[in-house]
Formats: sequence, structure tokens, C-alpha cells
Amino acid sequence: MKEYVGRPMPRYNGLGEVTGQAAYVDDRQFHGMLYVKVLRSPVDRGTVKSLDFSETEKVTGVVGVVTADDIPGINAHGMYGDQLVLNPKDLRYKGEPIAAVVAVDEDAAQEGVQQARLEVEELPPVFDMFEAMKPGAPIVRPGTTNNFYEWDEQGKTTKIFKIGDVEAGFQEADQIIEERYTQGIQDHASIEPQVSVALIDDSGRLTIYTHSQCLNGHLGILCGIFGKSQSEINYIGGRTGGAFGCKNEINCDHIAGLAALKFRKPVKYRLTRQEDLAYTHKRGAWVFDYKTGVTNDGRIVAAHIKEYHDSGAYIGLSPYGMDKCSIFVPGPYNIPNILVEVQGIFTNKPSSTSMRGYGVLNGQIATEVQMSKIAQKLNMDQWELRFINAWRDGDMGVSRYVIKGAGALEAMKGCAKLAGFELPEKLLRMSSRSR
Amino acid sequence: MKKILSFTLNGKPVEVAVKTHDTLLDILREELGATGAKRGCDAGDCGACTVIIDGLAIRACLTIALTVEGRDVVTIEGLGDQANLHPLQQSFYELGAHQCGFCTSGMIISAKTLLDKNPHPTHEELVEYMSGNLCRCGTYVEVAEAIKAVSGGKD
Amino acid sequence: MKKRGKAMSLVLHPTGTKGAGDPSQAAIALRPDGTFTLLIGTVDLGQGSTTILRQFAADALEVPIESISVNNSGGNIAPVCTGSFGSRVTLVDPHAVVNAADDLKRQVREWAAATWDVAVEAVTWAEAKVFVEGDAEKSLTMAELGQGVMNSAEFMVGTGAWYPAPFTDHDPETGAMPAVAAISFGCCVVEIEVDTETGLIDILNIIQVWELGKAVNPLTCKQQINGGLSIGLGFALSEQYQPYFPKADFTVEHLTDYYLPTFADYPKETSFGLEEVPHPAGVKGAKGFSEGTSSVPIPAIITALHDATGVWINEVPLTPEVVLRALEGAA
Repeated sequence: MKEYVGRPMPRYNGLGEVTGQAAYVDDRQFHGMLYVKVLRSPVDRGTVKSLDFSETEKVTGVVGVVTADDIPGINAHGMYGDQLVLNPKDLRYKGEPIAAVVAVDEDAAQEGVQQARLEVEELPPVFDMFEAMKPGAPIVRPGTTNNFYEWDEQGKTTKIFKIGDVEAGFQEADQIIEERYTQGIQDHASIEPQVSVALIDDSGRLTIYTHSQCLNGHLGILCGIFGKSQSEINYIGGRTGGAFGCKNEINCDHIAGLAALKFRKPVKYRLTRQEDLAYTHKRGAWVFDYKTGVTNDGRIVAAHIKEYHDSGAYIGLSPYGMDKCSIFVPGPYNIPNILVEVQGIFTNKPSSTSMRGYGVLNGQIATEVQMSKIAQKLNMDQWELRFINAWRDGDMGVSRYVIKGAGALEAMKGCAKLAGFELPEKLLRMSSRSR
Repeated sequence: MKKILSFTLNGKPVEVAVKTHDTLLDILREELGATGAKRGCDAGDCGACTVIIDGLAIRACLTIALTVEGRDVVTIEGLGDQANLHPLQQSFYELGAHQCGFCTSGMIISAKTLLDKNPHPTHEELVEYMSGNLCRCGTYVEVAEAIKAVSGGKD
Repeated sequence: MKKRGKAMSLVLHPTGTKGAGDPSQAAIALRPDGTFTLLIGTVDLGQGSTTILRQFAADALEVPIESISVNNSGGNIAPVCTGSFGSRVTLVDPHAVVNAADDLKRQVREWAAATWDVAVEAVTWAEAKVFVEGDAEKSLTMAELGQGVMNSAEFMVGTGAWYPAPFTDHDPETGAMPAVAAISFGCCVVEIEVDTETGLIDILNIIQVWELGKAVNPLTCKQQINGGLSIGLGFALSEQYQPYFPKADFTVEHLTDYYLPTFADYPKETSFGLEEVPHPAGVKGAKGFSEGTSSVPIPAIITALHDATGVWINEVPLTPEVVLRALEGAA
């Protein structure tokens, strides 16, 4: 029987997708469904002084309000559990959810939000991570004394990865290249904005329709928020209208679920494009201080890379992203002496999260531009510099993993050929299997 | 207070009670079960809600429902179904011109109106016409190929 | 004045999260009519996970792919999939699917052996049949198998799970930690044209080649290579969440403020290639790779700008303002 793996095949659900029949979360409608609009922080940093919903409750069509007090379990979400479902007090970024208004339609819910009497004491915010690092900067996380992420219980703020001796490596180098690379924030902008539909089913259990990228992980988090076991929640998903990492975070499932639990009706909570663009998680900003030592014959002998990651108001997924960036920032190159130092910094912006290429994309940009500069400085061909240094099987990366199935040379040979570059024989003879 | 709106949807007459500020997208999706047109931005920027009104590609999210009184509206559901695919739906399916599928209804609708107007567009004409349909999965290359497969496309 | 530049870049992309502690599970149920349901917890983001896992199931079961339905909607019986992220699905999930198929085949062969009163080793599952070699009486089609299993009051579901390695923690002294189970490699050549009066960069041509272990579905591979350009070109050239950073007074709220690449921003010419160095950790050598398709064009564009103008820019995005300031500074 001829193998299927290796064949080009159209999408399994493709016929439903090209006919508009495939159901995304916002396509779900239920009789008597209620809608949610969220009251958000109007300031980048501040303290809630008072919040009164008596006018909200008078709006025609408003069914009620959900606040942090309505959370049966813990008011926490995110892979590292540091984000709040609803933040009743110490606001950390503009747009942070404070409470939810539930109504028969979105117009009434929005009117209900507008009628909320919210008094906030505005505090000076910090947006730039280098400002946030300075002593005396506004403190983003209440109850802490600085804006650095602590990697362990001892409060270590810099995580390191190293092999060899980077100072000795620089001694050996003929040329040193030192640069700073700055990268900004990116939004996922999937065409499907975030949305959730929750309802109580005929067994009294919670059903949630989701576009989550990680059903089991998010189910666990929701169980903690609702105080329920996994078998008490029917978490239905499997499809997204694009995600690119933003649906590794919960933005709607928890609030929709709380509303369904409180009002015992189906509930839809969807973000507008404006809310999704302005207030949801982003690819966080990075700065790399990149120092490379290279010999005149093109061997990279040392790399010292300092990374600064702007995690926004919460740590989100950043420890994982910082690990990933750090481990791979030296690139697909055999470098005997490497030191990578990474710090995560908090600022008063929406939390950063995973986004296509999480951390790795950022590191590779810095590395490859650095490599191109090195080639220029050495007056060496761009391809040749990379061929010389690219991993072979058995080389070791900075976190001491050993390379198997190296394919950098294959990728380069294939690309050069397709692009019409004739590589010199000495490069074509090189093999990924050994140096 | 609601008003009764009558129009033709995918060749059939429909009648539905709408609020004065409801958009065509609201009532297609929430009153008439035509959820193929998607809500991506509610501002006319992304194109995921594109439908055909009297032969023209129009953003349903920017169209006040009452303005389609008596008019002829075609949505993705009217182009074809799984048993009878429209040639564009067939070529999108075979050539992998969609990934998550969320922008796909709008893409196919826009492509249909392009080919209705200009059956053999050049690459530049195709790109310009389709550039109002955003896709974050980045299907532009395959979408262009799928359209050209139907138009017998030339560069 | 318009100037052209060309450059290459090489990137890696790690497939998997940390190469440890991120399991996926799968189940394959034999239906009474001899067709199969593949049950997975894997979310299809548009990247084609459902499609490729079904391909792996069909090969493992040696049955026509049309006889396999897939259920990935989660709910109360969803197998665990750590998630559709980190390019991990193509590396990890096929193992779970193959393990589930092997488990089902084992159950069936044990049942057939008991039914036919032969040793399990004598029962073969191959080419959509279960049989004893050389014995025409002892042979079942899948439909006959399904019926037979049901009539014996049995319900057969093969289950499987897999992860690259048990999780271990980072060593704070040396920085050692399990990094990744497999790595893919991408190379691209980009040709750009920059208008030195407006600062606008046009991408004329992108060629990308990925070494990805095994091209499981060349159509979805093509989709990913061309698809990654949306996020890649956007990050390289036009997307700014806070355009006046470090001032956060203005944050984008509409797609008219936040410039996503459109049809018109894509290069007119793209081509791609796939190289295969089968990876020992992958089923049929397959690794994930597709996130990296957004990474690889970006530094090539930066270097191509240098090739065109002699100017290095150390920040992204290369908006027209950034480009013009850099050109001014160099002049």
C-alpha cells in the first residue's frame, strides 16, 4: 500500500471550510444567550478606590455583574499562575479587566459598563524596560521591590547558560564585534478575535466552546478558577481562526464561564478587534547586547549575549520564552565558548506571551545580522562564514544538548541552488555529518 | 423598535425583524444562520465579512441591514455546498488556499466578484483587487494560484 | 531613487518545547463496520495537524485513509495534547498515533489468535487484512474484523502516548537543561528594492529552503513557508504596537493603525524547497519547522538593505521613518 505520509493532501476539514460551514466559536448561538462586556482599567497603573454598579444594574437588559468576589476557586490564570481573571484593586496596564457586565445583548452590556462608577487613583507608570530596571522606578507588581523576574526562591534575576570560557575565547579571537539589537512588540492579529461561549448543560455541568491552543492545560487552569474537576467541565475546541500563540492564553473562557455559572444561562464573551489589538497579550519586546569573537579565518570562538525581555505587566509565558530564546540565540553554529545571560523585566503594558517563533525568532534576527556583519568585517563570503561554523552532528549547543540530524548545510545548499548561486566546491564538499 | 426587512438571500426571499442599527453582518450571522461571513474587525478593514449585494463585493459589517431592502444578497453559502462546490471553492480546497479558514469566505466571495468583472485578470490586477482581504495565516500565494486556476491566469 | 539588494540568512528552529515533559496522547477505535475513529486532543490552528495525524494513522494501520475519521474537538474524552505550539505536534503527536495503532493491532491480533486458536505470532495485520499466512480460512477484511470483534462482545480502542523525555530542571551552575528533541534549519535568499526617498522597502523575491526531517505533507509545508511571511514581513517592515515608544500615549486600536501585510506586500515571486535529513527522534524522521518560516526572512531583509544602501539598521521594524533616518545618518 502506498504511504500517505509524504503525500500532498488537502485539509481534512477543508470542504467545510471553503463552504463557510465550519463552526468557529463565534458561530455558536444558543437560545436565551447573554453577552458580556468587560469594565477595563482606564489607566496604565493605579489603584481602584471605589466601584459601584448601582447605575449599571438599572440599565434595561442588564442581568448582572461578575466581579472577582464571584470567583469560586482562585483568581489566577496563565502558565505561571500570576495573571488575574479580574483585577479588583492594583491595576497594572490599561485595559486590564476589572469586572464583567452581563446583559441580553452587547449594546446593553456596553451601556452597563459605561454606567459603572469607577474611581481610580492614577499612579505613575513605567513603559520602557530600561527605565523599569532603575532603582526608584514605579513598581509594576505590588508587594515587590523591583521590576525584575525572579528565577528562583533566592531572588536570582539573571539566568545563565554557558559552555566553555567566554573570556578565554575572546582572548583567542582576532576580531570582536559588539552590537545592540532592539526589537519591538508585535500583535498576533489573527483574523478571529478572541471569544468564548459557555453554558450549563443538562447535567448541570459547564460546557465551554473555546479556541484554545492547548485544551488540557487551559482546562486545568479553568478547573482551578471554577473550583471544579476536569470531568465537570466539557471543554470543546479543536479549531481556531488563527492563533499564532495568542490562544495559549485565556482571555475569554474564564469570564464567560463565571457568567454562565452565576446566571445559569448560555453566555458569549467576545472581544472587539479594538480590545484584541490594544489589550491582549503581545510578542514582548527584546533587546540583545551581542558580543562575538571570531578568528580571521572565520571561526566563531566566543559569544557573550545579554538579553533583556520586556514581559509587560505579568510574567505570562515569559520564563519559557526566555529559556527558548537563550538556548538558541547563539544560532545553528558551533561555538566553543558561550555565555548567555537573560533577564525578564516588568512594565505597565499588557503581558507578553508566545507568538510564532517565540523567543527564537528574536534571537535568530540578532544572530544572523551579527553574522552578516562579521562576514563583512572579515571580507568573507556570507555563505562561507556560515558553512564553516554551522553545526555538524555531535556539536553541542549552549545548554549542553548534542546535535543530531544536523541539516543547516542541506538547507543552505538547497537554497543556494534554487537561488542560482553557485557555491564553491570546497563548501559543497562539506557535510553535516562531520566537520 | 424592530422593522421588517425583506430581501433575497442566496436566491430565496427572506423576511426578518431587525433593529435600525443592526448591520447586515449581525442579521446574517445571528438571525438567518448564515455564519459563513465572519466578524473579524467590525470596521471594514479585514474583509472577512465580504458578501455580494446586487453583484458588488460589499463589507457586511459596514452595511446597515435595512439598506438591503429588496436587494439581492449572496453569501458563501450561496456559491456552493459540499455536494456542489463552486469552481473557486474547488480550487481553494485542492490548492491549499486556506489554512485556518476564517478569512476564506471573504476571500472566495471577493475572488468571485473579481472574476465576474474581469474573467482573466493579470497578476497585478488580481493582487490589487484582493488586497483588501487580509489573511494572517499568509495564504496569499496559494489564493492567487487558486484564482488563476479558475481564470486560466496569466501574468 | 530605487536601490536593490540581495542577502541570505540561516536560522534554526527548535521543534518541541523543551524536549521533555510535553506529552501527547491518542486513541484509535475500531468501529463495528471496520472503519476507524482517531481521537486526538490536538488543536488544528490551520497548520494541518488533523490532516497529517490522519496520514500517520493510515500508514500505521495500513488501511485506506478514507476509512479513518478524526475527532479532535476535546470535550470530556479528549486525549491530552500538551498543545499546538512550539512546532511540537509534528514531532510528538505521530508517536502517540503510532503507539495507539500498535496497541490496537496488538489487541486485535490477540483476539484473532484466540478466535483461530493459533499463536499470536502467526497472526499478521497487513494491507487492510488480518490473517494467518498460508491459511485461506483464517483471513478477515477490516469490515469482517469489526463485526467479529463486536460479536465477541469486545470494544477495541488502541491508546498511545509519547513525549521526548522526562522533564528535568535547569542546572543553575552550568546552565544545562534539556533543550529540545529536534531542530530544523531554514535558509533564505531575499531580494529587495528600497526607495531612498520614501524609505519604503519592496520585497521582490524570496527563496526559502527548509531542512525538516520529512515532508509529511508537501502541500501543508508549502502553506507554512509562504504563510510565515505574513508575520515575518510584518515584523520586519510595518507592525508597530506603540509607534511612538517609549511614549505609550498612542497604542493601536484598529487594523488601519497596525499594518498587516496584504496581498500587495507579498513578494511577486516566491519559491521554496524541502530537504530531508531524517531525524532519529521523529516518526519517519519528521520534525516540526513551521514557526521558523517567519524568522528566516527578517535578518535577510536587514542584510539586503545593507547590500542596497551600505546602511546597517539594528532595530525592527524597518519602517519608512527608521529607514530614512538611517539613510540620513549615513549620508
